[in-house]
Amino acid sequence: MNKLSKKNALARLLKYLKGQILLILAALFCAAGSVLLSLYTTVLIGKAVDCITASGTDFSAMSPILLKIGIIIPTAAVLQWLMYFCTNKITHKTVKKLRCDIFAHLQRLPLAYIDARSHGDIISRAVNDVDAVSDGLLQGFSQLFTGVVTILGTLFFMVTLNWKITLVVVVLTPLSFAVAAVISKLCYNKFREQSAIRGELTGFIDERINSQKLIKAFGCESACEERFREINARLCVCGVRAQFYSALTNPSTRFVNSLVYAGVGVFGALRALSGGFTVGDLTAFLQYANQYTKPFNEISGVVTELQNALASAARIFEFIDEREESSDDGKRVLENCSGQMEMKNVSFSYSPEKPLIENLNLTVKSGSHIAIVGPTGCGKTTLINLLMRFYDTVSGEILADGVPIKELTRNSLRSNFGIVLQETWVFKGTVRENIRYGKPDASDEEVVAAAKAAHAHGFIKRLPKGYDTVISDGGELSGGQRQLLSIARIMISPPPMLILDEATSSIDTRTEMKIQSAFDELMRGRTSFVVAHRLSTIRESDCILVMRSGHIVEQGTHRELLEKGGFYSELIHAMEKG
Amino acid sequence: MADLKKYREHIRKNRACFFLGPFFMVLEASGEFMLPFINANIINRGAANGDIPYILKNGALMLAVAVMMLITGVCGAYFAVKGSARAAAGVRRDVFAKIQTLSFSDIDRFSTGSLITRVTNDITQIQSFMQTLLRGFFRSPVMLIGALIMSFVLSPDIAWVIFIVVPFLALATFLIIKTASPRYTVMQEHIDALNSGVGETVTGVKVIKSFVREDFEKEKFSKINTALMEKSVRALKMMILMQPVSALAVNVTTLAVVWTAGRQIMIGSMEIGTLTAFITYLSQILTALNFLANIFLQGTRAAASDKRISEVLNTVPDISDEGAKQKDHLIKSGSVEFKNVTFRYFKDAKKPVLDNVSFSINSGETVGIIGSTGSGKTTLVSLIPRLYDTDFGEVLVDGVNVRELSTSQLRENVSVVLQKNTLFSGTVAENLRWGREDASDEELEEACKIAHAHEFITSFPEKYDYEIGQGGANLSGGQRQRLCIARALLKSPKIMIFDDSTSAVDTATDMGIRKALREKLPDITKIIIAQRISSVKDADKIIVLNDGKITGIGTHKELVNSCEEYREIYLSQTDGGEDSDDE
Repeated sequence: MNKLSKKNALARLLKYLKGQILLILAALFCAAGSVLLSLYTTVLIGKAVDCITASGTDFSAMSPILLKIGIIIPTAAVLQWLMYFCTNKITHKTVKKLRCDIFAHLQRLPLAYIDARSHGDIISRAVNDVDAVSDGLLQGFSQLFTGVVTILGTLFFMVTLNWKITLVVVVLTPLSFAVAAVISKLCYNKFREQSAIRGELTGFIDERINSQKLIKAFGCESACEERFREINARLCVCGVRAQFYSALTNPSTRFVNSLVYAGVGVFGALRALSGGFTVGDLTAFLQYANQYTKPFNEISGVVTELQNALASAARIFEFIDEREESSDDGKRVLENCSGQMEMKNVSFSYSPEKPLIENLNLTVKSGSHIAIVGPTGCGKTTLINLLMRFYDTVSGEILADGVPIKELTRNSLRSNFGIVLQETWVFKGTVRENIRYGKPDASDEEVVAAAKAAHAHGFIKRLPKGYDTVISDGGELSGGQRQLLSIARIMISPPPMLILDEATSSIDTRTEMKIQSAFDELMRGRTSFVVAHRLSTIRESDCILVMRSGHIVEQGTHRELLEKGGFYSELIHAMEKG
Repeated sequence: MADLKKYREHIRKNRACFFLGPFFMVLEASGEFMLPFINANIINRGAANGDIPYILKNGALMLAVAVMMLITGVCGAYFAVKGSARAAAGVRRDVFAKIQTLSFSDIDRFSTGSLITRVTNDITQIQSFMQTLLRGFFRSPVMLIGALIMSFVLSPDIAWVIFIVVPFLALATFLIIKTASPRYTVMQEHIDALNSGVGETVTGVKVIKSFVREDFEKEKFSKINTALMEKSVRALKMMILMQPVSALAVNVTTLAVVWTAGRQIMIGSMEIGTLTAFITYLSQILTALNFLANIFLQGTRAAASDKRISEVLNTVPDISDEGAKQKDHLIKSGSVEFKNVTFRYFKDAKKPVLDNVSFSINSGETVGIIGSTGSGKTTLVSLIPRLYDTDFGEVLVDGVNVRELSTSQLRENVSVVLQKNTLFSGTVAENLRWGREDASDEELEEACKIAHAHEFITSFPEKYDYEIGQGGANLSGGQRQRLCIARALLKSPKIMIFDDSTSAVDTATDMGIRKALREKLPDITKIIIAQRISSVKDADKIIVLNDGKITGIGTHKELVNSCEEYREIYLSQTDGGEDSDDE
């Protein structure tokens, strides 16, 4: 993953603000209004005080001024509130868009990426990093807006009083900016590291909570805690550094202020001695200098605080920049595939140094049933990954109805396949919703019919709320029950081709037999690929592919292969002996 | 109010930081008070009298104060950051340790996503609040109180005006916090939903893609995301009132002060100079109030997070060693006995998952469990290492009720290879050492040979150092299962449970594994859940489960003759009994 520079991260983040230019302008306007009004209030109060003289108070002159102040104060408060209101909206809208983009991208990423990454790290980017950006933006906006306006406002008032003094102060204050620049560089890197460790921590917790059963069964809570402590300690150390660096801004800029203040005081006093500069002038000078430097401090404070947000933003954009699956634009749509598939000289490997499938050739006639057998790890599941285009072939091509599948849109290819995977997936929702996943507009009757066909109806009825029971991935369904649900999902709307990857491995044999008849019904006229190790399933196939370390070593019907007496017959004998 | 007990220990452990942080911050603040004072001296005495050495001397003094401020400021920041980070790390550790003791139903109730948010996001909120407190909490009240006292000293006749505004401000603050606080809780709950949503999609990506339901998922996510945005905006909507309200309050006070002062001066009980000073103090009060408002702002969110952390920490785990009477009992044999055990997952379930189950297994026996999907096989074996507690009846290991044993000892002696096998990201060897941390390389190899995993592991270029991806994505199902078996073997338990753990392993390998187990580990009680009759045929005893009830116990031969259900299963796998005669 390429590290995104801070500058680019900022530029990208700013792009997200484009759509909200109106809100931003409104926020700026409100900030300007409230700051100018409160500066004006100070001036007015000064005038009101001037009405009070040692000889008495001129109430006739003071009353209109106080009335004016009375109107201005609530107006300023309302404007300030409006400014916050706008920044609040801007921030959360931006953040929402960021999250949407992350999620949309997540779905366009090739499976290879997700398989190889910690899921928790991806979650952390979408949740914690975005949250950090949101915090940074919210504080950044409000303080930046008011800070900038305050500086401009004070500058205006100062210039009208004495432009020479103003010039001196203007020249001096950027010192604190220089300090802030150095510090922000220091803490940006640390914040990035902190985000990365936080991602690691999230990954760790995610993994462990999902394997709670295993951890308990193994009684290795203490070993787990040890690992957690280690990551946690690293997070703590790195967090201390990051936040310490960023916390340096405050005392450092204050130091610069003190220096300016002391310098002005001493040299001003010396100048006053040599004449041309009254003590009164010096006092005013000091007051303005003080007032003027304050917003600079605030801004440099915001700048370092923004480092955290930028570090997180960089992690988010790096994720979004991760190469997507090649585009489907302009590709053909596969409609009502006849079920004819062909593989020509297909080679594939997950990592270049370990070739898996090499030079594989296969022709599947429409409506035929293919069984794939072979020892574990020989590439059966990989073959399916290629058919579904979860992964792309390294060389050679796969054709559906005579068209290379790389020329087809992935969605149209995949919707021509019905697939039941070895690894079941149940999402949090009712049983009904889970089954309906295969056909969103299915009626309740269709759901029940599919469940009955998959022999899942029985156990569903026994759940506390039947089809409306909410289930989740970590829930109490047994492995077999989850498989039955997965089968019901394809039963509800079967596409022209079927892939069953150990679809019944956790289901007892009697239920399996019953399902098998439903499968037989389903497979009639449909091309099917079945990965199985049960003899009964294999025997009936039109063609058996025998795989061994990435190659198809034998190919034929059960009888042909047995007669041949090769690897297949070895496998079958081993099975029968069991 | 918040339950602060959980922080006490961690604050005590880092008390140096918690003391030094505010201490240095107060020192720094005092420097800030000193600078104008010295400067006034330079102007009043130095410049007025033309005393150049005095000016230079005080200039140097100012420089020294500035350096002092820098040093104390940096130190203060350091200790505040360190103290808060360490205390937060401590709490995080406590929460994680607690999560590990939670029962499955508790974890389900919280949901994984929510627990992740609590350990990461919620604790981060607390941490940054602690930091703010340490860095600024003493400073602003000191400034506030100081300014208040000074204003009373100056003119008690006007100072009372300030107190008109105080109850108004307090009420406003109270109302804002009261409304915002539950909104923050809601907001954090929506972060949980986001966490779960993303997590679910990442794990289900293959299914989502194969059903071409990306748009549906996007829609689902968009709902969660929009809800979170709305709830965040709603929570902050209240909080952003704080600053305008406090500014308004102080400005109104200023106005009232000027008005009152005008009258006072007219009747001659006050001087103008006093008024000017008074207004300066008012602006100090505003700054301090603003800061306090900020602290409240953060505090409200932190309080919501605090409540969520407390929820986890205060959950009483269903299963614990408390009340176990024979904690010191050393498990010597692998005998298992079930006495009238009844169990259900959902308390409102119509039918129990296990219904009055009784059987006994002698140490060293091989026992098969067979039954249809959902008949309660996995549940039954989960009760042996006490992953759940029975509703009625008891489970005995080595003749002792498992509730009376120490759970860690029990689980050390009962090794389960789960149906849903899990590997962690890390090398093969690291995953294996989960079984026993101090296992030697030879022991790893030995276990892998029994589990028939050695061969494929050595086919990797890195061998035992081969990196396994998340959840074992770069291994086949059968390879994963064999690694899990090896891992369970390394524990050298008294009882081994195989929960359909060879379903993805081909029959030949499956047979090999069983043979190796029988020969190499004769003393261990082996309980095998299987779909295939062939996997349990040689067992000393086979238990047939149907719908939570035992319908038959006996050897293969006995059951074929006596148990209707078993015979059916058997026939279903032999196609009419082709190869039923190998005994």
